[in-house]
Amino acid sequence: MRPLTQLFAARPRRVVPRRVTPRRLAAPAAGPVRHDPAPSRLAYRLERLWLTPAYRAAVRVGLPAAVLLLAGTLWLADEDRRAAIADRLAGIREGIENRPEFMVNLVSIEGASPVVADAVRRMLPVRLPESSFRLDLEGIRAAVADLDAVRSVDVRVKPGGVLGIEIAERVPAILWRTPQGIQMLDETGHRVATLLNRAARPDLALIAGEGADRVVPEALAVLAAAGPLTGRVRGLVRMGERRWDLVLDRDQRILLPETDPAGAVARVVALDGAEDLFNRGVTRLDLRNPDRPTIRLTAQAAAEMRGAAEAATGVKVAKR
Amino acid sequence: MTDLYKSQRAMRNMRRAAMDRGVIAILDVGSSKIACLVLRFDGPETAREDGLGFLAGQSQIRVIGAATTRSRGVRHGEIDALQETERAIRTAVQAAQKMAQVRVDHVIACLSGARPRSYGLAGEVELSNAQVGEHDVARVLAACDVPDFGAGREVLHAHPVNFSLDHRTGLGDPRGQIGNRLAVDMHLLTVDTDAVRTLLHCIKRCDLELAGLASSSYVSGLAALVEDEQELGAACIDMGGGTTGVSIFLKRHMIFADAVRMGGDHVTADIAKGLRVPLAVAERIKTMNGGVLATGMDDREMIDTGGDRGDGEKDRRKVSRAELIGIMRPRVEEILEEVRAVLDAAGFEHLPSQQVVLTGGASQIPGLDSMAARILGQNVRLGRPMRVQGLPQAATGAAFASSVGLCLFAAHPQDEWWDFDIPADRYPARSLRRAVKWFRDNW
Repeated sequence: MRPLTQLFAARPRRVVPRRVTPRRLAAPAAGPVRHDPAPSRLAYRLERLWLTPAYRAAVRVGLPAAVLLLAGTLWLADEDRRAAIADRLAGIREGIENRPEFMVNLVSIEGASPVVADAVRRMLPVRLPESSFRLDLEGIRAAVADLDAVRSVDVRVKPGGVLGIEIAERVPAILWRTPQGIQMLDETGHRVATLLNRAARPDLALIAGEGADRVVPEALAVLAAAGPLTGRVRGLVRMGERRWDLVLDRDQRILLPETDPAGAVARVVALDGAEDLFNRGVTRLDLRNPDRPTIRLTAQAAAEMRGAAEAATGVKVAKR
Repeated sequence: MTDLYKSQRAMRNMRRAAMDRGVIAILDVGSSKIACLVLRFDGPETAREDGLGFLAGQSQIRVIGAATTRSRGVRHGEIDALQETERAIRTAVQAAQKMAQVRVDHVIACLSGARPRSYGLAGEVELSNAQVGEHDVARVLAACDVPDFGAGREVLHAHPVNFSLDHRTGLGDPRGQIGNRLAVDMHLLTVDTDAVRTLLHCIKRCDLELAGLASSSYVSGLAALVEDEQELGAACIDMGGGTTGVSIFLKRHMIFADAVRMGGDHVTADIAKGLRVPLAVAERIKTMNGGVLATGMDDREMIDTGGDRGDGEKDRRKVSRAELIGIMRPRVEEILEEVRAVLDAAGFEHLPSQQVVLTGGASQIPGLDSMAARILGQNVRLGRPMRVQGLPQAATGAAFASSVGLCLFAAHPQDEWWDFDIPADRYPARSLRRAVKWFRDNW
């Protein structure tokens, strides 16, 4: 049996038998035990897990985000809290809106006659003072633009809490007599206002007849072409919504064609200038057939003409 | 052989996967320290006009984490107490990971002990068609007659060292050349299976995957020998703590490797026994005051051993440095004589150049080179590992030769047997090829 002391004995070498390092010598036998810094298996694994990029991102960004989201969701899950938050927000909003910097106190209306300005002021759909946040400028603009007398309107909030309304009024160009009364129309035929008394606007010409307001530009052209006859023109009558009758005083009428009535009037003016037509006993001048203008005489003129013809020819002219 | 192929190829694939991920760790499990370096691959380097790369072709790797720890439970380069070693490996890996701020999953390890044994193999085949192809290289490698290295041994390296084509020899790469007979000389290194298995188990318990395994003697030769020495023939003596690795290089290939199971730890133990001081003190004295060549001055230089035997200030012994050298010198001589015996057995004297390079932690003993010149031959120099980008200053010393060598090994592994396909010499495939050849010859 081998003694245990020779357990680690080296085999004899060339020189002298020599003891090889005993096992215990591999570890520090004496002296203070050195601290072993080895991490535990769990710590090692956790460290490796922590160094995994995806996990790291999840913990550093995802986890706080999830916690915040969860907390917020839980806190907002209560109905009362949501209502309270909404109230607070509304209160803050109202407080800001009601600051004097944002209040509109005055209305300034520019470009309108006193009557229209007064009407606008009365029909303005807001009650001042009001916060500029709550002003419905588009609504105000639409409401003002609805007025017949207003051609265009520009609404803005000016510095200093002034609601500026700039109005361009319609200019009456012609009068339209209807069964309900006399309407003033602008050059496009849009109604401007009702005229109670014809004598109030003697400068404007008069048109009548159904559908006359839809062809106001044509009427204006006809009247402009009337030139030297203007003083005698009583007005224009729309016949059957298709053509005009130019009515002169002394109960004379010019029946204008459907097409190019202004040209026809120009020819009439020329005719009148040459022949002094309308100072004679003519009641109607019919130009509806442009190739064949026709006139109707007064009874007296017709008799005179018949007499003159009989005297000249000796033939009795049949009375028509 | 098929098992070997499978496991080694699996490791190669793992290494490729690690390179794709860009990070790999190297682990040098030594007897005195465990070093872990974390490498980052920066992708393929841009070649210069003259075909050379920067930093001798190592510019594509960079060390981004490095840590060493005192080794526990390792003796003679073999794992002795598995749990302790595992803890030490965990310490080193964790520290290196922390420095690199990246997690490593793949590790390339080296093995300093495990009784390496070298075999020279020769194989020869007739070429089927005149030009040597990849397939023929695989065939000639498979034709090597593998010696019976016994049960419990495993092949660690199998380098094709030399190819011969007909009468021409010394071919580095025969592919594409014309000839009739292809022969190969292969260097086979086997180690103890148990030691390898223990190391594998240890690494596996640290949640790491092994992407490569190398012999420490081989990789320190890669790091410490310059290219000319590798080409002309040189021996690298890696004097570690528990073992002294010997590797001989010729024509840029390792042609022999062995390890002497003695190292710096034994010197420390001798000092501890001779001066009756604790091992830690002995280690300190060896490091600070050690030497192997005594001069008259050393008799007067007194070293405070600081016994620390428990009786406080009374224990204040002093020894002269000559005494210390007297203790260290026989052991160092013994190590070098063992190395000499190994070199003689390997036939080192037949090499054209007989450069000996001493590296490893124990090679830093002052005066070692002149003493080694007396024992090993005149061409002795001390070698430090070459530089790798990002290597900390603390890890550039001779003690880190095998760590740095592992970096180089990780970046540019030499072709080994298993890098070539297993020749498909099954009958159907061969008969089919014969039929095709017959058709081609006759029609």
